[in-house]
Amino acid sequence: MLVKEVVEKLNLKVFSSKEGLDREVKGGYTSDLLSDVMGYSKEGQIWITLQTHKNIMAIATLKDLAAVILVKGFEPEADTLETANSEGIPVLGSDLEAFELSGILFNMLK
Amino acid sequence: MHLEYNVEGGDFTRAGYASSQIKKTLKQLNVDATVIKRVVVALYEAEVNIVAHAYRGVIYADINGAGIQLRLADEGPGIADVDMAMKRGFSTASREVREMGFGAGMGLPNISENADNFSIDTIVGKGTTLNIEIKF
Ligand SMILES: Nc1ncnc2c1ncn2[C@@H]1O[C@H](COP(=O)(O)OP(=O)(O)O)[C@@H](O)[C@H]1O
Ligand SMILES: [Mg+2]
Repeated sequence: MLVKEVVEKLNLKVFSSKEGLDREVKGGYTSDLLSDVMGYSKEGQIWITLQTHKNIMAIATLKDLAAVILVKGFEPEADTLETANSEGIPVLGSDLEAFELSGILFNMLK
Repeated sequence: MHLEYNVEGGDFTRAGYASSQIKKTLKQLNVDATVIKRVVVALYEAEVNIVAHAYRGVIYADINGAGIQLRLADEGPGIADVDMAMKRGFSTASREVREMGFGAGMGLPNISENADNFSIDTIVGKGTTLNIEIKF
């Protein structure tokens, strides 16, 4: 499944990097601990988190993640968007909580 | 090939810069993707530790056909109990740093898991030097 199909099905806001929407999603990882995501997320996964600061893009880039979804209506900080746009990794948003969003995405991808 | 990067303590806006530069270099050198992934995890954690726990530091990377040798030397408080610091979940990070999602106490254990050789030299009140080797 492509990032843009996830966006459509989950009715996500697209905050940045439309050019990254055609990328294949290989799974998901839900965590707000940066070292956890750094250590254990895998290339091509979508990262679900409530962290909104710029360092999430450093991690998404270093780990080659497909996209980041911010939960509960959180919005990315300005410098997060700047980095996201220069790296081409979509930052997406949902009003759902991490638990619900992860459950739905899990079922969509399995 | 020899690379050097300065890292400022406390400046989280630039955390990960050296890691991404070294990652790009390894990609250009066509290093195996699974090896690059291990370097990235170990190096990022070590870089962030300078930002989170020390005053300033320098990252030295030496790359040859056999592997990458990383040395991260910082001026900082040092580590009083290295065995304790190596335990998963142990962290002295401040509340602000934890709220950003850092300070899970997983950095040093993750470095250890991803490195072929890893050592910590530290002097309390002076600073810490990490040596990390990853073979290609
Ligand atoms: N470069 C360093 N200088 C001083 N103390 C450090 C350094 N690196 C690690 N430490 C100490 O070791 C602890 C564990 O480090 P780590 O496993 O990376 O977890 P975290 O950074 O999340 O606290 C830190 O909380 C800190 O007390
Ligand atoms: Mg750390």
